Amino acid sequence: MTAAAAMDLSAETPLLRVRDLTRLYGDRVGCEGVSFDLWPGEVLGIVGESGSGKTTLLNTLSARLEPSAGTVEYDTRDAGLTDIYQLSEPRRRLLTRTDWGIVHQNPRDGLRMGVSAGANIGERLMAVGARHYGNIRADALDWMGRVEIRDERVDDLPRTFSGGMQQRLQIARNLVTGPRLVFMDEPTGGLDVSVQARLLDLLRSLVTGMRLSVILVTHDLAVARLLAHRLMVMKDGRVVEQGLTDQVLDDPHHPYTQLLVSSVLQV
Amino acid sequence: MQPNDATQAQDTLDGYNFAYLDEQTKRMIRRATLKAVAIPGYQVPFAGREMPLPYGWGTGGIQVTAAVIGPDDTLKVIDQGADDTTNAVSIRRFFARTAGVATTERTTQASLIQTRHRIPEAPLTEDQILVYQVPIPEPLRWMEARESETRKMHALEEYGVMHVKLYEDIAHLGRIATSYDYPVRVNGRYVMAPSPIPKFDNPKMDMMPALQLFGAGREKRIYAVPPYTRVESLDFEDHPFEVQAWDEACALCGATDSYLDEVVIDDAGGRMFVCSDTDHCTQRTASREAAE
Ligand SMILES: Nc1ncnc2c1ncn2[C@@H]1O[C@H](COP(=O)(O)OP(=O)(O)OP(=O)(O)O)[C@@H](O)[C@H]1O
Ligand SMILES: [Mg+2]
Ligand SMILES: [Zn+2]
Repeated sequence: MTAAAAMDLSAETPLLRVRDLTRLYGDRVGCEGVSFDLWPGEVLGIVGESGSGKTTLLNTLSARLEPSAGTVEYDTRDAGLTDIYQLSEPRRRLLTRTDWGIVHQNPRDGLRMGVSAGANIGERLMAVGARHYGNIRADALDWMGRVEIRDERVDDLPRTFSGGMQQRLQIARNLVTGPRLVFMDEPTGGLDVSVQARLLDLLRSLVTGMRLSVILVTHDLAVARLLAHRLMVMKDGRVVEQGLTDQVLDDPHHPYTQLLVSSVLQV
Repeated sequence: MQPNDATQAQDTLDGYNFAYLDEQTKRMIRRATLKAVAIPGYQVPFAGREMPLPYGWGTGGIQVTAAVIGPDDTLKVIDQGADDTTNAVSIRRFFARTAGVATTERTTQASLIQTRHRIPEAPLTEDQILVYQVPIPEPLRWMEARESETRKMHALEEYGVMHVKLYEDIAHLGRIATSYDYPVRVNGRYVMAPSPIPKFDNPKMDMMPALQLFGAGREKRIYAVPPYTRVESLDFEDHPFEVQAWDEACALCGATDSYLDEVVIDDAGGRMFVCSDTDHCTQRTASREAAE
């Protein structure tokens, strides 16, 4: 199956509609003039060298960094496409806690290191009103299994977990409320190659199985090729090329993309 | 000396204002207190003052007491249930000297009760005010260190983390082990720290006829539970809130429905259980003896 087959091409509205999105840091450009649509079930990769604006763009898209200009509209369940920066703060926070997930590069930024793995997974359920301990625990155990962490670790603190396990726990913690859109910033960064491969496999099957939409930042083109249906290539804060992943990587048009692809091939 | 009004009270103790604090400070504390009463369970910041009192008690509750006490009040001071600890005695004496008020050890005779760590066993009435000394007013603090963030969590009713704590208790110990400062939800809205009272006392807060005021000196916060307000202890459907229970009765008065302290009675490690509320125990013992 090609990656594109998992996408819902019959949907009438995109899940996310981004227009002319710009974020400046004083005079410096973080990202500038970015426009795209993200469709339900689609995995969009954002690639580019260090400092090209990937994290800035991701944070601006995920309601964590106010844009200097432009709009980010999300297809909310009750009101359709809505500018996320026009939502009241309570609604925006609720949206990010239930409909969205955010997987940080460093699991310490995305986990509560002071409470058990089970509590980490259960927190979002409790945040939206789950009040039955037995059910919360059953859901936590179910998700431990889905991210391949053994049941008996459910009461252990995340700091006793390996880096790969912490990352899988962070993913479970995000997916337990059944979000529709997940933002990931270098989810496999800092992991050993073999650990990376296992995580990528897992991510791929979860994304397909749950028909998740994902915006994935990575500087690793191999990761992008494995997970992303579509790629945006960034340079100096701007998108210089975008298209289906295979096309962009096998037949790059922009000289910068050509350089990026060839430098990977040399590695 | 029993002054009838605040003007006379100015010279209760030479050089000190009535109840020690100056009038401007008291007005400021009263304003914060009124706001706290208007928004049950909400922590109102106030500009706290230093008080010349024993270190280790904390001055938040005492500042509230100083701001609400009047010359006609009768003050009771409880420390861990007892009226006769060094702290309780010196605070009682402090207000007797600076405000000239009457003091009592009888719960039923007090109009104002300053407490640390307990709610009296005798039911309180509409004519009484209970002032708690609070060391840590923010129930979300254990999970979130940033004040700006906890304020936002309260504003948006983001209280999921409170249940995370209870979840951890059950996961590690099989039951909710939190037994002091057990978090409550006030009037269906704000989650509140009841101060380090035993959870045994939590049900007394619910729909209490007396006004409950809470003062935290170090963190400069005042909050309140107005009379007849719902106060629910947080729990899970399958692990409902429960209070402490004892197999023993009080060794002195025979009470089976009061909060008991375990005390060592001899060098051989002999122990017994007695009421933590000394007034409750004394009243019961007296009425038993009268009956005999
Ligand atoms: N908080 C900030 N203040 C000022 N400039 C910033 C800030 N964050 C990022 N920048 C600048 O914005 C540009 C884009 O940075 P960004 O972190 O988005 O890049 P990136 O593609 O994520 O890089 P990397 O691959 O190293 O993570 C860079 O020039 C960076 O120096
Ligand atoms: Mg980055
Ligand atoms: Zn007794």
